[in-house]
Order: sequence, then C-alpha cells, then structure tokens
Amino acid sequence: MSIVIDNMTKSFGGTPVLRGIDLTVESGELVALQGPSGSGKTTLLKIVAGLEWPDAGALDVHGTDWLRLAAQDRRIGFVFQHYALFPHMSVRDNIAFGLTVRPRASRPGKAQIAAKVDELLQFLQIAHLGDRYPAQLSGGQRQRVALGRALAIEPSVLLLDEPFGALDAAVRRDLRAWLRNVHEETGSTTIFVTHDQEEAFELADRVVVMGDGRIEQIGNADQIHDHPASPFVARFMGATVELPVTLHAGRAEAAGLDAGRLPRRAQPDGPATLFLRPADITPVADPHGRWHVARCDSNGAALRIDLTDGATTIPVDLPRRAPEARGLERGARVLLRAEAGALFAAPRRAQPAPAVRTEYPKEKAV
Amino acid sequence: MSHRPIKPKRVLPGFSLSLGTTLLYVALVILLPVIALVLKGAEIGPGQFWSIVTAPRTLSALRVTVTAALVATIFNAFYGLLMAWVLTRYEFPGKRILDALMDVPFALPTAVAGISLTALYSANGWFGAPLQAAGIELVYTLGGVMLAMAFTSTPFVVRAIQPVLEDLDPALEQAAMTLGARPFAIFRRVVLPAILPAWLAGSTVAFARSLGEFGAVVFIAGNLPFKTEIAALLAYIRLEEYDYQGAAAIALVLLAFALILLVVSNLLQFRAARHLEASA
Repeated sequence: MSIVIDNMTKSFGGTPVLRGIDLTVESGELVALQGPSGSGKTTLLKIVAGLEWPDAGALDVHGTDWLRLAAQDRRIGFVFQHYALFPHMSVRDNIAFGLTVRPRASRPGKAQIAAKVDELLQFLQIAHLGDRYPAQLSGGQRQRVALGRALAIEPSVLLLDEPFGALDAAVRRDLRAWLRNVHEETGSTTIFVTHDQEEAFELADRVVVMGDGRIEQIGNADQIHDHPASPFVARFMGATVELPVTLHAGRAEAAGLDAGRLPRRAQPDGPATLFLRPADITPVADPHGRWHVARCDSNGAALRIDLTDGATTIPVDLPRRAPEARGLERGARVLLRAEAGALFAAPRRAQPAPAVRTEYPKEKAV
Repeated sequence: MSHRPIKPKRVLPGFSLSLGTTLLYVALVILLPVIALVLKGAEIGPGQFWSIVTAPRTLSALRVTVTAALVATIFNAFYGLLMAWVLTRYEFPGKRILDALMDVPFALPTAVAGISLTALYSANGWFGAPLQAAGIELVYTLGGVMLAMAFTSTPFVVRAIQPVLEDLDPALEQAAMTLGARPFAIFRRVVLPAILPAWLAGSTVAFARSLGEFGAVVFIAGNLPFKTEIAALLAYIRLEEYDYQGAAAIALVLLAFALILLVVSNLLQFRAARHLEASA
C-alpha cells in the first residue's frame, strides 16, 4: 500500500503545525518521521490514521482518497506512545478487540479469533501472558501487546507513535531489532514517529526529518549525516559548532582553521557558515594557533575539550588515544582541522517568522 | 555518642495526634449513634421487633420508600451519566454555570427543596397546572416522592462519574476507533467498563440517600399512611408518640438496608476494578 501525501497543511487554533507536506511512502517501506518536539510529526501520523484532519491537502493510499474515510474504515494498525491498552481486558481480549468489534457479517468465528490471538501471542513471544491484565505487564510487554492488537486486524498500514519512547535503553534496543523483524515478516507499509536519531536510522529504510511543520530532508542515515540539506538538519544531526568562514575558490577559509580535508565545492565566493560536529574537529598543536585549550576532561575513551579564542568556546570530542591528543593540556595552542562539515551561505539577515512557505537557504551542502 | 534508636522525621508532625482526633470524631459522631440505635433495638426483643416491622403501616411505608428510591435512583443513574458525559465531553457556553448548578441539591436545605417542588408541581403551580391538564398528578402521590428523592440525589451520580470520565485517556477511544469500533461499541466496550465502578458507587450512594431523604419528601408527599408515607417519616411519627421502640425498630431496618447497600456496592466496585490490581 503506497501512501501519497500532497501539500498537506494543518493548524491548531491559528498556529500552523503542518506547512505543506509532500511525502510518498512506497508499499512495504519502513519510514521514520523524525524531528524535535513540535515539528508536526505526530500530527502528520495522526492525520494518516484518521485521528486528526488536515485543513488542506490530499491523502491517497493505494488509489483511495483516505480523507473520505473514517479512521474505522482505513484498516490501520496504530500503536500509541503509551500503548493505550484497554485496562479492563486481558491481553487476549485486547488483541482480539479489533476482530470482535466487527459487524456480525464479517466477524470471524470464536474459534478463529482464538486461533488468531494464539498465533499472534506466539509471534510476539508473549504466549505466557495471554491471561494477564495490562497493569500486570512491564513496559516492553505492553508494547508487544499493543503491537499485537494492531496487527490482529491485518492492517494495510502500520503506524507507530514514539513506539519505544517510554522504555528504558536496553528494552528499546531489544524491541527495535524485534520490530524490524516484525516489519520484514508482515511486509506492511510502516511509518513511525521518533525523536531518537539512533532509533530512526537503525530501523528505517528512509528517514524524514521534519522541522517546524515542514519536511527538511528525506534520506538514509549516511545521506542525512553527511549531506544535511539545511542548517536546521545540520544542527539537528549534532553539528553544534558553527564557524563563520569565507568561501574562496570552493574552500572555506578562516583564521585558525584548516579545512583542507573538506572537498572543494561549487559554491560562489563569499561569507558562509561551516557546521561541524564536535567529533569531526581535530585540534592540531600549533604554537601560533588561534585557539587554546580551556578545559580538557576525559571519560576514559574520549576527551571532551573546550577550545577558546577568548570570544567563542567550541566543544571538541577526540578519542583519548588519538595521536593528536598528546600534549593537549590547558593553555596549549592549537588550530582546528575540520574532518567533515557542511557549508551554507550565510543568511543575509535574520529571517522573520515565516507566515507562508519559505525555505531555509538550501545551497548544496558538502 | 549515645545509641538511641533513630527516629525518622515526618514531613507533617503529629501522626498520633491527627489519627487520634479523627478516630475520636468517628467514634462520637458516627459510631456512637449507630451503636445506641442498635442497643435500643436490641431491647425490643425479636418477637416484638418482628411485629412492629411487619405491621401493615410499617410494611407499606417501607415499600413506598424502597420503590420510590429505586425508581429515583434508576432515573438518576441514567440522567447523571448523561449529565456527567455532557459536562466532560463538550464545550459550550454556560458549561461552568451548569456544572455549578449540579451542586444546588447538595447546597439547598432539603426542606426548601421540598417546598419549592411542592409549589412548582401543585395543581396551580408552573409545572403542575399543565401536568394536571394532561392528567398527571405529582403532589401528594408516589410520583411526588420519587421526584423529591431524584432531586436531592442527582449530584451523587454526576460527581462520581465526572472525574473518572475526565481522567479517561482519549487514546483508549482512539485506539478503539483505529481497530474499527463504531461509537456505540466504543462506549459499551471501552468507556462503560472504565466508569462502571464509579457509576455503581454513585448510584448506590444516591439510593442510600433517597432511602433516608426526609426534608424534601415530607412536603410534597402528603404523607398519607399506606399511600405516600415514607419510613423515615413513620419513625419520626413514632418518636412524637413517645413510641421509642417502634421508632428504633423502623430506623434499624433502614440502617440494615444502608449497610447491605454499602457492602454490595463495595463488592461490585471491587469486582469491576479487579484488573487494576498490579499483582503478577
């Protein structure tokens, strides 16, 4: 089931949450919607589910206009962030719910429903929990039940809202691998919302990065990591260091900066901003360097170094055993070597809050 | 260094003082009268107790009370549910006023309620006149007793369900929607089970209150023996006649009713909320 979203907008009481979303999800694809809170990702997911309605735009699933269908008629599996299991029903009854509420004519027989529930309990590896109530389950077990309940109706599309948001790290990793398997075995088109980058990149075929009601970039982990489409994505992907540079013959130049390792790029000369991740900066000892070490902490594996030129302080992450780490003491003078980074032409001036669709300067990144 | 045992400091001091005060209050104000009543009843002796309670007038009063309370409670159970639903699920102008109005039966002295109801529904009252024309008489009939009981016990149901409905996670209903459940199925299978314990509790308290309602009923009922005389009034009449034993016997029956109701209500609630116990 392919999902085509076209120019979708939505506002809540005058505040725009979606400002024109175009997105196509191919049949059988696993797509992650990612972005900071308030970026509109959950709203978009709920619109696909039929739990919210857009102000304008189109939602077409496998040739059907879903905006004419109620949530009940879309046959989707929706997994809620806090599971939303029915507390007064056993695990079995929860999973069977979607089958038992069907109109009599299309409802499977009791034995058939029981068999389906058994099969799902096996598949989800929670066969021993069938007779428990949700209050008696751990978070990870509840999440499995929630997914089982969604899968029981054999949904055309599976939608998950922050599926692992409320779980601890170990359970998360476990369930992530497991969800990937479930997706591969059921082959259903799946969209999930997350604010966890690791989760998005590890699970999804494609990641959609959203910011402030717009899609900023669509791609896989490497593309988004190495070639952020906008300063927003660069920052979101952890490039917290922003250095003002001058572009000269495709190279970034600034005092105390060695950008020789960055490829030349076809961008006009002029002022620009270089976005760097702390781990992509190597301090190189230089007695006349512009920067000096203000602080250097070790966590055993890596050094967290604060470099300053008196006015700005930038953080740098360096493996403790890297050759450059030797002799990096407080006060040591260094210059910065950029290992990787993204360049964007400097904005002419601060942009006012956009009322209509405006773009971040989208000059080509590295 | 001394080796006195360490006493943890409480945030609020005076546990023994506050518990002592509450227990003393419960003993004096709640338990003592009940015990006195039971003791008074015990003096009567089973034979006489039985003959008082099975006297035609007593039986009739008990029947009137229980029937009217039952009808009033059934009405309130549904009306209260509807009211709580409207107050929690919809936004409309005047909602806060309506919400505040729900407390009027609590706040109003019951005698005032009884007098107002009588005035409204009497043959020449605002409501009574058209009803009379339609052949319905409420004042001085069993219907009037039910009306007065329903009026005074409405808030119990509304106020019991309201907080539960407000706290009900909207995701539950959304989940049911995505699973294909139609509105009626969502209500019956998701919402109703969630509010059932509170609904039962509210209705039981409303019933207990109706059984004992006195002030509002006596004005509108006309208090005709064998017709509209309620048990609480009969007990009062016996007291006036210095027939303490008769009064105590009738009061004991009402007390037994109330206790049984409370036990049944708690059992039902416990059953309905069983699944919330987080025991593996």
